[in-house]
Amino acid sequence: MESASDGPGGMSLIVKTVSRLVASFILLFGLYIVVYGHLTPGGGFAGGVIMASSFVLMLLAFGGAFVASFVSQRAPALWDCLGALAFLLVAVSGYFGGAFFRNLFAKGEPFHLLSAGTIPLSNIAIGVKVAASLFGVYLALAAFRLTQVPKER
Amino acid sequence: MELVPIGLMGLLGFMVIAALIAVEAEDLLSAVVCLGATGFGLALVDLLLQAPDLAIVQMVVEILCVVVLIRVVLTRRDTVRAAPRDSLAPGVVVMCLGLLMAACGYCFGALRPFGEPLFGTGGTMADAYIQTGLDRVGAVNYVTSVLLDFRAYDTLGEATVIFVSIVGTYAVLRQVGRMDDGIGQ
Repeated sequence: MESASDGPGGMSLIVKTVSRLVASFILLFGLYIVVYGHLTPGGGFAGGVIMASSFVLMLLAFGGAFVASFVSQRAPALWDCLGALAFLLVAVSGYFGGAFFRNLFAKGEPFHLLSAGTIPLSNIAIGVKVAASLFGVYLALAAFRLTQVPKER
Repeated sequence: MELVPIGLMGLLGFMVIAALIAVEAEDLLSAVVCLGATGFGLALVDLLLQAPDLAIVQMVVEILCVVVLIRVVLTRRDTVRAAPRDSLAPGVVVMCLGLLMAACGYCFGALRPFGEPLFGTGGTMADAYIQTGLDRVGAVNYVTSVLLDFRAYDTLGEATVIFVSIVGTYAVLRQVGRMDDGIGQ
């Protein structure tokens, strides 16, 4: 089985195989922490960091070239801005109920996934924002430097 | 003496020692490892104090921070021995901080007493959250209902701080669209 992930760069075959199996589960766990933030410990920030760490694991295991084949340097910044904008929209939507950050949706039944009004929406927005921004910082600090072409002097 | 306070004291001592080593270490990599030890100590303290939300956040942030910092430290090896600083500038900074604290102490006297709730249910603020949280917000996790409903302005401010710092990082480190102003030639 030949694919782009088998190319050079990154770590050894053992690390690649294990992270290929594990990375999606880490991402799923991050999603769970974000979506169930109003029911169980966790929330947008913690889940976002877990999702970002699954991306970082892929980048560490498979090398910068493989990740650059499907993530541009601009994408994390874009999703960072979109997440921040979504959180702000949730906050501004409270004006329909009369005040900034008014929780204007129905409260729902406790212990159900669809409860607590706008809180799940805020959690998802913060999760997207934190995941994109932390992965973007890792790209900026570690990977931009690696893909940099030395300038002719 | 109970077991939890002893464990807390031990963890605090461990964190202080690790922080001191992190400041004093000459190798940047050892400093990063000691910083990680301090952070994980804080996560254990959160667990002992029965704050799982904080413990989760502290744990995952610490893991990612240590990974990022180690990666950055490994790619650039520029350990610089710092020259001894003069004492005038820190003295001025400490004096300004003292003035700021004095002004804060004067201004905070006008605030509502600590813990007195605005809701008027009697008792402390924490009691008010616990009594009215489920009816007002509907979230079972009260930490989330405080973060994203009662104190959502604070969360918005915190999210803004992260956003601005990350955008600043991009602006400093990006290569796309950077003007060649000839400074680095």
